[in-house]
Amino acid sequence: MNPISRRKLIYGGVAAAVGVGGLAVAERLATRYGLIPPDSGELYGAGGTLTYACQRLLTARTPAREFPRSMISKNPFANEVAPFKEEFKRLQAGGFRDWRLVVDGTVARPMSLSLADLRSLPIHSQITEVACEEGWSYIAEWIGTPLSGVLREVGVLPQSRYVVYYAIEKGLWESIDMADAMHPHTILTMGMNDADLPVPFGGPLRLRVPRQLGYKSLKYLTHITVTDDIKKFGSGKGSVDPDYGYSWYAGI
Amino acid sequence: MPAVSQLEKTKTRRHSGLVRVTHWLTFIAFVALLISGGEIVIPHPRFYWGEVGNVNTRPLFVLPIPASRDTVPTSYGYVLTDENGWGRNLHFEAAWVLVLAGVVYGIFGFWSGHFRKNLIPARRDWAWRAYRDRIAKYMHRERAELAEESTYNVLQRTAYVAVIFVLFPLIIWTGLAMSPAFTSAFPATAALLGGRQSARTIHFFVSWLLLLFLIVHVTMVARSGFWSRTRAMITGHTRASKEDR
Repeated sequence: MNPISRRKLIYGGVAAAVGVGGLAVAERLATRYGLIPPDSGELYGAGGTLTYACQRLLTARTPAREFPRSMISKNPFANEVAPFKEEFKRLQAGGFRDWRLVVDGTVARPMSLSLADLRSLPIHSQITEVACEEGWSYIAEWIGTPLSGVLREVGVLPQSRYVVYYAIEKGLWESIDMADAMHPHTILTMGMNDADLPVPFGGPLRLRVPRQLGYKSLKYLTHITVTDDIKKFGSGKGSVDPDYGYSWYAGI
Repeated sequence: MPAVSQLEKTKTRRHSGLVRVTHWLTFIAFVALLISGGEIVIPHPRFYWGEVGNVNTRPLFVLPIPASRDTVPTSYGYVLTDENGWGRNLHFEAAWVLVLAGVVYGIFGFWSGHFRKNLIPARRDWAWRAYRDRIAKYMHRERAELAEESTYNVLQRTAYVAVIFVLFPLIIWTGLAMSPAFTSAFPATAALLGGRQSARTIHFFVSWLLLLFLIVHVTMVARSGFWSRTRAMITGHTRASKEDR
């Protein structure tokens, strides 16, 4: 063996050892700082994990894009929703007076809130864009109370990692990490463009997550569960999206 | 001895290892991006200019293809199946491969002098005349000069520079401008282009320009000897064909 190839061999060995060691350290750091999404084990988990990790390092606290009032869309598109079941129709007939939002999980004081309870909390309004995964978008003013305020009210326990949220229709649920849950632009939305949130747009209650694509802004919100273990929910991938081939994280 | 030197000359180093690896990574990623990108258009084959656009707003243009959502009006009586899940996932996975290969290649290109030596047109070629002369050569189907066996002519250099420094950066920029999280940190990426929907429209056209480059690139490779050029990009060496000598 000539000296050059031996040197190459040593360099190669050192590089491989550093590489393997680096990956192991990166994996531990990523887990510790919450840089690995719940659906990282999926077919496209590598790209999804890189995207999520970069966004968490880069955009954990950055504000959503807001727009001037003049840019509010004249004819926003509501998208279609599944036909409403009896329970929703009954609540709608009662003017949503009996609509409840249950907040439980790893919290000190689980609560059940009416829309009036939510309206008594500090009201926030934002003019943000809904961008659908299909490619279309619109801008509207969204009025409601920040999720972070409700989470402070119920006393989120320190081990909490994710906020799971459910629609009135069974099987429709989503989750976001604490960075998005505590973000000031993540709001429990009850109004749109100076009126009550219309039913086609998610009324009476929708969680707006403007720094992610539209499918994370779940309509007809009835239940929020704070958790330290996302694997316990559904198929353990953070939402129903991965079951349909979609990514759990939709900030892109 | 002329005979010996001739023999040595027949095998010359054409592409460095790093260029070859990043070339094929980019190729694989680009094909995946084209296929998945085509799929991503199908749910909403309408394009807009400005910040917002949806079925209630006037489109800039509409592709004459069926859609995979029944909310989108088309002239077809049917709706395609929803393939956007894997389409999007593959698109972003491949985008990572392309971006990482591009970053490695870009650092190498500046650091090693690859861009300066092999891709930036020579100073004396910064003239219309140089382009006109080389186009005329192509038109007259003249055989490439011996010098072009180991380097690129002014047209090739210009095409590569445009793809590497204009089209790829632009398609990455317009892609990021559609990310609600990325634009929360860098709102100017979307605003400078005229908005999110403008970014999507530019992204669409730049992908066509890149496809056009790919077609011309492969055509030229085929014209100058498909297997010898492809072998050069795999092994790094070029063996001059007999008729050239």
